[in-house]
Amino acid sequence: MDESRLMNFRDAVLEALFLEMRADPNVILVGEDVGAAGGVFKQTQGLFDEFGDRRVIDTPISEPGAFGMAIGAAMSGMRPVFEVMFGDFMTLCMDQLVNQAAKVRYMSNGAARVPLVLRTTMGTGANLGPQHSQGFYAWAAHTPGLKVVIPSNAADAGGLMRAAIRDDDPVLFFEDRLLYNSSCEIASGLPIVPIGSARIVREGRDVTIIAIGRMVAFAQEAADRLAKDGVDVEIVDPRTILPLDEATIVGSVKKTHRAIVVDGAPRAYGVTGEIAATIMEQAFDWLDAPVMRIAAVNAPVPVSRSLEPLVRPDANTIENAVRAAIA
Amino acid sequence: MNKALKNAGGASVDGRLLLSMHRTMLRIRHFEETIRRLAASGAVPGLVHLCAGQEATNVGIIAALEDRDFIASHHRGHGHCIAKGAPVEGLMAEILGKASGMCGGRSGSMHVIDMERGNLGTNGIVGGGIPLAAGAALAARARGSDDVCVCFFGDGALNQGLLHECMNMAAIWKLAVVFVCENNGYGEFTAIDDVTAGPSLPGRGEVFGIPSEMIDGMDVQAVYAAARKAVDYARAGHGPSFIICNTWRFGGHHVGDKQEYKDDEETRAWRLRDPLLRSAKALSAAGIVSEEAIAQMEQDAISEMAALADGVRNGSEPAAQTLLEHVYG
Ligand SMILES: Cc1ncc(C[n+]2csc(CCOP(=O)(O)OP(=O)(O)O)c2C)c(N)n1
Ligand SMILES: [Mg+2]
Repeated sequence: MDESRLMNFRDAVLEALFLEMRADPNVILVGEDVGAAGGVFKQTQGLFDEFGDRRVIDTPISEPGAFGMAIGAAMSGMRPVFEVMFGDFMTLCMDQLVNQAAKVRYMSNGAARVPLVLRTTMGTGANLGPQHSQGFYAWAAHTPGLKVVIPSNAADAGGLMRAAIRDDDPVLFFEDRLLYNSSCEIASGLPIVPIGSARIVREGRDVTIIAIGRMVAFAQEAADRLAKDGVDVEIVDPRTILPLDEATIVGSVKKTHRAIVVDGAPRAYGVTGEIAATIMEQAFDWLDAPVMRIAAVNAPVPVSRSLEPLVRPDANTIENAVRAAIA
Repeated sequence: MNKALKNAGGASVDGRLLLSMHRTMLRIRHFEETIRRLAASGAVPGLVHLCAGQEATNVGIIAALEDRDFIASHHRGHGHCIAKGAPVEGLMAEILGKASGMCGGRSGSMHVIDMERGNLGTNGIVGGGIPLAAGAALAARARGSDDVCVCFFGDGALNQGLLHECMNMAAIWKLAVVFVCENNGYGEFTAIDDVTAGPSLPGRGEVFGIPSEMIDGMDVQAVYAAARKAVDYARAGHGPSFIICNTWRFGGHHVGDKQEYKDDEETRAWRLRDPLLRSAKALSAAGIVSEEAIAQMEQDAISEMAALADGVRNGSEPAAQTLLEHVYG
């Protein structure tokens, strides 16, 4: 009965959509090419056939208007999942997101709510260049009223999407395209993963790596190599950055006494700074070394096959940082 | 009282309805006058935009809706809130940022949301309410319901891309939405003609195949007739309409604006077209009610609103511990 299955990230999120759309007729999917075409990344295949054009809605290329409409639909009783094809295009939704969606509950003194998921893709590594590689989760996380989710693996992606759809607040769901084909064992029924809880990916004694999204896989690769030299790495995946599971992160650092924070988005004013400051505030006396930050360079993402990999951290940069931290 | 009326434009309105619209317009006028006084005395935090002069567009449109229907309003939105049924004391308290305000004092004039009455809110972002109303119509379609949604916006929002995006989507999906432009000739201090291209404003709806018309927004019967047609059309599943109501704000952009950009002659001419004078005249000419009764209605509205002012002004401020409430559910 309770057999787990090997499933990839894309299919896990798709299964979450099937399950939630079957369970609740108010869940609708809205976006460009999400209908009969099945999504430009094949991420919505089959939904249109099962749920029809009233619930799986292909929009024109009108992100501000269509996203604003998703907010109006959410306020009036639906649970829209709104898809932004590339995270870079989220900028077109920013006013609606920040000035409407994030504040409706507050402005109405709790009488109105916006149960909506903005789902989008991101990530470097496919030579898509400056306008098709960005992940604006730090921007979003600067706005009270939003929740921000960044899954690093298929099981979390499916489980967090289910939680995001059931959440009564606007949730931003960032999917790294280069994780789409990565698979893991997923328990039957696709268990819901609560928003706001971090996961200890690997237990260790010597140093804590807190890694976001695809950086978790690089951290695991680095940890495997370091283990051969007797370095015992603990990896924490926050899974959601707003709300941030500070207790799990701080608890891990109090155990290992060293922390390295890794993110694939630009370093300035980003997630690494927020997490590092949280550790300093809550675990300063436990630290044996300054908290280190590794993140993308402060530059746009170039297309060039030789330049693009230099933009963000990888297993090598993480491995080197750990060696420096424990030296 | 049920006598049908004919106005110059040919719109025909039931006498009882005209009377009730007149009363609502009076209440809005004197609500706004009370707010103006409170603001002048320093009791209103922040900016406040009054709609005196535009009552016919507020009331004539909303009179054609059912309670279950939705509206989205804008920064000059007290009249929409009242016409949709908001309690005036709670609204006044909200505008003053008080604890007893409809939104606990956190929304003020420009961000009042009244879900109980299907009001998706006044809005601090010009054009911001347009997709909210269109989205409520999209939700209605997904649910298979025939709720109708109205979005109100000023002439300033005519040049926001959001409007054109939403008109396009409303047209392709035949959404039950009525786009209502309250064209008062100015966006802040800028005249519409200086910033709005093209020979025809209705043309901006017609390019999407949306039935569009420009009407006298100072005549509540004409507004109601246009709204009736558009709302019935939407409810029957035929899709959106676009109504441009030509109107005038009697006050400045916000309380305190001296309106040096407006021409006095123009203002005098529009004053003569006061929607309240017009409906009062229609009521007495048709023998629906006496002039005395109409005057009494106005006195009642004045007393109702004035009586609220002191209590609201002296009401308690929201408690500090409410600051972080309702950021999340
Ligand atoms: C997006 C945006 N831009 C600018 C403003 C500042 N602003 C507030 S009201 C207004 C004028 C709006 O004019 P109109 O839509 O004609 O409405 P009216 O004030 O005439 O009722 C402006 C520019 C704003 N609130 N939002
Ligand atoms: Mg105007």
